[in-house]
Amino acid sequence: MNFYESLRTALSSLTANKLRSILTMLGVIIGVAAVVSMVSLGQGTRMQITEQIGELGSNVLTVVPGRTRPRPGMAVQAAQPSRDFNYQMYSDLKHMVEEEYIPDIIRVGSEINSSSIVTFQRENIRSTVVGTTPNYPDIQNFFPQTGRFFTSFELENASRVIVLGKTVAEELFGTSTNALGKNVRVGNVSFTIIGVMEPKSAFGRDLGDRVFVPITTAQRRLTGVRTIQSITVQTATAADTRPVTSYIEGFFTRRLGGDDQYSIINQQDILDTIDQVTGTVTLLLAGITGISLLVGGIGIMNIMLVSVTERTREIGLRKAIGARPSDIMTQFIIESSTLSGLGGIIGIMLGVLGSIVISRLSDMTTLVSLESAVIAFLVAVGVGLFFGIFPARRASRLDPITALRYE
Amino acid sequence: MKENQLNVPVIRIDSISKVYRGEGFEVHALREVSFNVEKGDFVAVMGPSGSGKSTLLNILGCLDRPTSGTYFIEGEAVSKLNEKALARTRNRRIGFVFQSFNLLPRLTAFQNVELPLIYKGIGRSTRTEVVRRYLGAVGLADRMENRPNQLSGGQVQRVAIARALVNEPSIILADEPTGNLDSRSGEEVMKIFQDFNDQGKTIILVTHEDDIARHARRILKFRDGSLIADEVVNERLRADDRIQEIEENEHVQEAEMAQ
Ligand SMILES: Nc1ncnc2c1ncn2[C@@H]1O[C@H](COP(=O)(O)OP(=O)(O)OP(=O)(O)O)[C@@H](O)[C@H]1O
Ligand SMILES: [Mg+2]
Repeated sequence: MNFYESLRTALSSLTANKLRSILTMLGVIIGVAAVVSMVSLGQGTRMQITEQIGELGSNVLTVVPGRTRPRPGMAVQAAQPSRDFNYQMYSDLKHMVEEEYIPDIIRVGSEINSSSIVTFQRENIRSTVVGTTPNYPDIQNFFPQTGRFFTSFELENASRVIVLGKTVAEELFGTSTNALGKNVRVGNVSFTIIGVMEPKSAFGRDLGDRVFVPITTAQRRLTGVRTIQSITVQTATAADTRPVTSYIEGFFTRRLGGDDQYSIINQQDILDTIDQVTGTVTLLLAGITGISLLVGGIGIMNIMLVSVTERTREIGLRKAIGARPSDIMTQFIIESSTLSGLGGIIGIMLGVLGSIVISRLSDMTTLVSLESAVIAFLVAVGVGLFFGIFPARRASRLDPITALRYE
Repeated sequence: MKENQLNVPVIRIDSISKVYRGEGFEVHALREVSFNVEKGDFVAVMGPSGSGKSTLLNILGCLDRPTSGTYFIEGEAVSKLNEKALARTRNRRIGFVFQSFNLLPRLTAFQNVELPLIYKGIGRSTRTEVVRRYLGAVGLADRMENRPNQLSGGQVQRVAIARALVNEPSIILADEPTGNLDSRSGEEVMKIFQDFNDQGKTIILVTHEDDIARHARRILKFRDGSLIADEVVNERLRADDRIQEIEENEHVQEAEMAQ
């Protein structure tokens, strides 16, 4: 008996019991659908986070005062700021980089953030004022949409120029082009608007509520202190971040008198951690939903065992007219793997549908990869094969005369 | 080899015994039975209920193994065959007709007859042709697409005979093929056996009806698992004649009813 005939025999006995076949498949369908949609959720989340971190600027090391643990979203808050950074440290580091005492660094920037009210005539809006350096757009991969960012000249002169975030500009002026050249007040200091940033968000948070001024201006005219909150270093390639990290460590340890006075947050580390966490979560989801697939497999085995018992006389008769044990075995294994394979295909379709529904109904991103669909399908067929073997062997070993006499 | 094969009996059994043992019982279904069946013979196996007829037939059909004794099909020792070779023997050398549960209920008459050919590995077009031929030979050319539950008892037995014949086996074994049939259908089944026997097929048939047994050439009688008689049938009954008789009787009855 060849494979084609076995397949025909198996299919005809499956279609003879349609309702039962469908109910048996249901276990696998639900299992595969759950695996596919849950894994798509895990992978979607991972992709989203990875993309957003990528948008934050690549190959960036951020140094902040005190000991802190790296956290996504650059939460640059020191647990206990031991010694503040000051502008001098920034310009010294910048100088060393420019003189190439520290190789492989392409940009050095610094930042000081405060919260303030930005006012235009009678309109006002609460905003995060970011005092920073002219290379901020390049480091953060976040550029002006209209107008320009401030220059080194304006930094050195502590000019009262400001670049608005998109949201701020639209709140105050309606459109970004209206804003250019106008004056706004931050606190009670007047600034001239030279640019408006492109729209951008990170981790679901709008970055358009920020306004940018030269860090020198922020220190002298807004906060009145000489401390800075973070120093940012960008390397040319990701591979450079490791050696650069040790140079930076040397620099700050010397300046601050201890390696517990500062923390270096590496974009790549955050990325790796997130990758690891989302990977684990995805695996966990796959594992939990995989259990339902296992239950589906046991359902198949159960029905196949019932089916073997029910068809004992059929098996006896087939043997009496010349079926080999292998013919009977193939017939039952094909039956069980057809159930699981078909269930797998339907499950994948439902899973894809489910992941589309999830992403429509919530703001979670889902990503169905061909890989996960193929794996889910293969696992389903494997489950059918595995759980089909026991009943099939049982059937193939039946003694013809005992089987024929079975009541 | 060829010449040798001509002299070898189709079936040779030597002091075959079958003992069923269980908790607290021991049944001697067959006791030291020996006989030969030559090619082209038509043997009826008779005996009271429980005398071991079915047990014997199951052993001859390679469905069951004897407790002791040897069995040769066309000179080959069956006890030496493994599962696979046994399946092959059942498929090609033996055609079995059971007393009941003969056909797979889900399959049509055509598909049931096709099964042994499928297990033999015959291609589709040949199968169709062979199945048609044999279903035609048992008079069921027009019922090929019917399932067993759409056929009469006699028709089911004829489908089973067609299935036993399709692979052109050396022996046809039938366990009370007429047991559940009225005399008319019984005769029709016997006619098919006689026709095939006339063409040289070897047939062994179990029955407890004298009338049926007398269609054969030879009768083996069993009691309590022992072979007690091996007789040649002197006045063989011909199914053709019997059918004619029955038809005449029916006409007479119909005529009487009409009056
Ligand atoms: N599986 C079994 N276990 C125990 N005893 C059995 C088994 N099969 C048959 N027997 C016994 O073996 C003996 C012979 O049985 P067998 O079926 O061969 O009789 P038979 O001649 O075909 O009878 P019948 O005309 O009623 O069909 C009987 O006494 C029966 O009870
Ligand atoms: Mg019997």
